[in-house]
Amino acid sequence: MIAILDYDMGNLRSVSKALEHVDGQCQVTRDPKAVAKADKLVLPGVGAFKDCMENLRSYGLIEPIREFIASGRPFLGICLGMQLLMDESEEGGKHAGLGIIPGKVLRFSPQLGLKVPHMGWNQVNLSGQPRLLKGMEGEFVYFVHSYYVAPEQTKKVTAATTEYGVNFTSSLESDNIFATQFHPEKSQKVGLGLLKRFVKL
Amino acid sequence: MLTKRIIPCLDVKDGRVVKGTKFLNLVDAGDPVAVAEEYERQGADELTFLDITASHEKRDIILDVVEKTAEKCFMPLTVGGGVRNLDDIRNLLHAGADKVSINTAAVQDPDFVRRASDKFGSQCIVVAVDAKRSLDGWEVFIHGGRTPTGLETPLWCHKMEKFGAGEILLTSMDRDGTKSGYDIDLLQAVSDQVTIPVIASGGVGSLEDIYEGLTTGEADAALAASIFHFKEMTVGRVKEYLSEKGVLVRP
Repeated sequence: MIAILDYDMGNLRSVSKALEHVDGQCQVTRDPKAVAKADKLVLPGVGAFKDCMENLRSYGLIEPIREFIASGRPFLGICLGMQLLMDESEEGGKHAGLGIIPGKVLRFSPQLGLKVPHMGWNQVNLSGQPRLLKGMEGEFVYFVHSYYVAPEQTKKVTAATTEYGVNFTSSLESDNIFATQFHPEKSQKVGLGLLKRFVKL
Repeated sequence: MLTKRIIPCLDVKDGRVVKGTKFLNLVDAGDPVAVAEEYERQGADELTFLDITASHEKRDIILDVVEKTAEKCFMPLTVGGGVRNLDDIRNLLHAGADKVSINTAAVQDPDFVRRASDKFGSQCIVVAVDAKRSLDGWEVFIHGGRTPTGLETPLWCHKMEKFGAGEILLTSMDRDGTKSGYDIDLLQAVSDQVTIPVIASGGVGSLEDIYEGLTTGEADAALAASIFHFKEMTVGRVKEYLSEKGVLVRP
């Protein structure tokens, strides 16, 4: 069973429908017991960083997420669910994240002269041999975000980068932790392929 | 590199597609879900539903349409038309929409846009602007283009960005339905005033029109309804053309 965390932040239906489409058995939940029992955990998320952390806290989900990840079972963070893994974000002041992957969440600088949010289809360039993004070199995936992650150990954890004024980490993998800044559930065939590999892990 | 987006738009009334989509060779060309699936096959980058259901009692029908579409189509979906309060937005997002577009309600209460983007994130708040040429610029109209507001379009778009809009859907009322091309001056004037993405709408009649809107007009995305209702203008053909002309699109 794949647990999809529902903490009032985001469009969970599209994530669960996409996973079901590739034969994943899902449960949308905020029950810490269901998280503890799940085989896999998905942390989606849209909205503001601070609100997401506050909601996770108020639903008592922070420790269950940590424990789940520490247990070595596959975890997938999507969009804000990726950013929440970091130590801190500069979105709306400085706010602490889950601190699972050392690093920060930064805003696309206005000096780049680019439209923010970074919205639409952009390419992934693979780093090393990522498992979830296998075969996705140069593929287009759907992004919508104004902030991006800057992991401290970029070389070690970056699974893919994407160019938008800067070359940012658009996917990371670290042991059982997987995360994408883009939305696989909105990236048509390419995204469904990624989710299928997650289901099969 | 970020690609330019091609976005077919469907007018949906009482849960049915209005305007002809017969070319699609679908068993039921009035079924929004079937049409959405066809556009996904053609390589559309996003889809927009404009709900033009008049009667209030039938408004929940669109939620059912969105829900069914989200089960079949794994691409971004924007829904607009009659979005008036936070509950409307919550219901649409919950049904599976990724973004909602707000038009009249934004003019009547600009702070609604702020509350909506605070609550749901600016990434899902599109402000739709219907603009009509005036003596010295473009005036914003609401109520489906029936009511003038006295607002100057580029300044209004700038204000909406400040209030948290994540994107502007800019429709030229002068060009809408004329097939004479997007209003390039309007697109440029708005692009000068905002740093959020701008979607061009109203007036597409040819492949060159789309090219012009995305290049000279500086639009980030091209929305079109009727041109995709003719067989020779599939999304795939549009992308092929743009690609030949050096515009970056998703293959």
